[in-house]
Amino acid sequence: MFNVRISVTLLPSILDPKGKASLGALKNLGFDSVESVRIGKLIDLEINVSTEQEAKEAAEHATRKLLANEVMEDFEILSIEEK
Amino acid sequence: MHVSVLVFPGSNCDHDAYHALKHVLGADVSFVWHKEISLPKTDLVLVPGGFSYGDYLRSGAIARFSPVMQEVVKFANKGGAVIGICNGFQILLESGLLPGAMLHNENLRFICKHVFIKTEQNDTPFTNGIEENRVLTIPIAHGEGNYTASESVLKEIEDNNQVVFRYCDAEGNVTPDFNPNGSIHNIAGICNKERNVLGMMPHPERACEQELGSDDGLLIFRSVLNSLAVL
Repeated sequence: MFNVRISVTLLPSILDPKGKASLGALKNLGFDSVESVRIGKLIDLEINVSTEQEAKEAAEHATRKLLANEVMEDFEILSIEEK
Repeated sequence: MHVSVLVFPGSNCDHDAYHALKHVLGADVSFVWHKEISLPKTDLVLVPGGFSYGDYLRSGAIARFSPVMQEVVKFANKGGAVIGICNGFQILLESGLLPGAMLHNENLRFICKHVFIKTEQNDTPFTNGIEENRVLTIPIAHGEGNYTASESVLKEIEDNNQVVFRYCDAEGNVTPDFNPNGSIHNIAGICNKERNVLGMMPHPERACEQELGSDDGLLIFRSVLNSLAVL
């Protein structure tokens, strides 16, 4: 069994309305040094396979098929840990 | 003439669409539950608005994998007429029947109001009874209607005249001031290259009786019912 952690973020070319609104709020709170906010998703999968390679492939397949929309999002497998 | 109105868990404009098509326009309409593995013999599939699967993950992302959607994709690829409204438009984007994707509205607010949209293409079955450039008054009601696409896809849909409706003012001027949600190029509705699939954020089914503030939605439904009747 493997725990796989995946981040899904909007492509850099896509405007992030939630990030933009949060940046505005941070500026209002005096966080003048913060220049950009981009907000994405963090997804944890538990995958029941025997090797790390299989876990990576299953996670990639699931992400491309459903968890991320590659028209507007990018994803990265942040970690794979055996349980 | 038969219309199938799909029903997903969380659809909430299915009954409005049924009412408009059946009771106002007199079409033969039936609901089709999303678990169905086949479509009835039908001329038009309507994917209604709402919040299928609670908009979890992304709007329309989970609904596109419902069994019935696999049949809708086959139906559309064979040339069948499909219209997706609001969440239905989002489902058609996720299913790949239409290009692009939908982001949260630029101002992050849920917007529910009547807007003006300009009919830019009247060579689709959904608009062929409407004069070119006619301005329609149709309500929108969405939190994620901010259409986006890559530069190359955008160029392609503009070059192929696939932008059917754009947000505009009462005179039909397409300006940023009358773009309610930040949608790129003021896009309110697009069709596929073959022009048999239309997705639009505004709700024509909520604008089919004057008592509701506008009956411009009838122009869209009459167009599609008339064009399918002669086939």
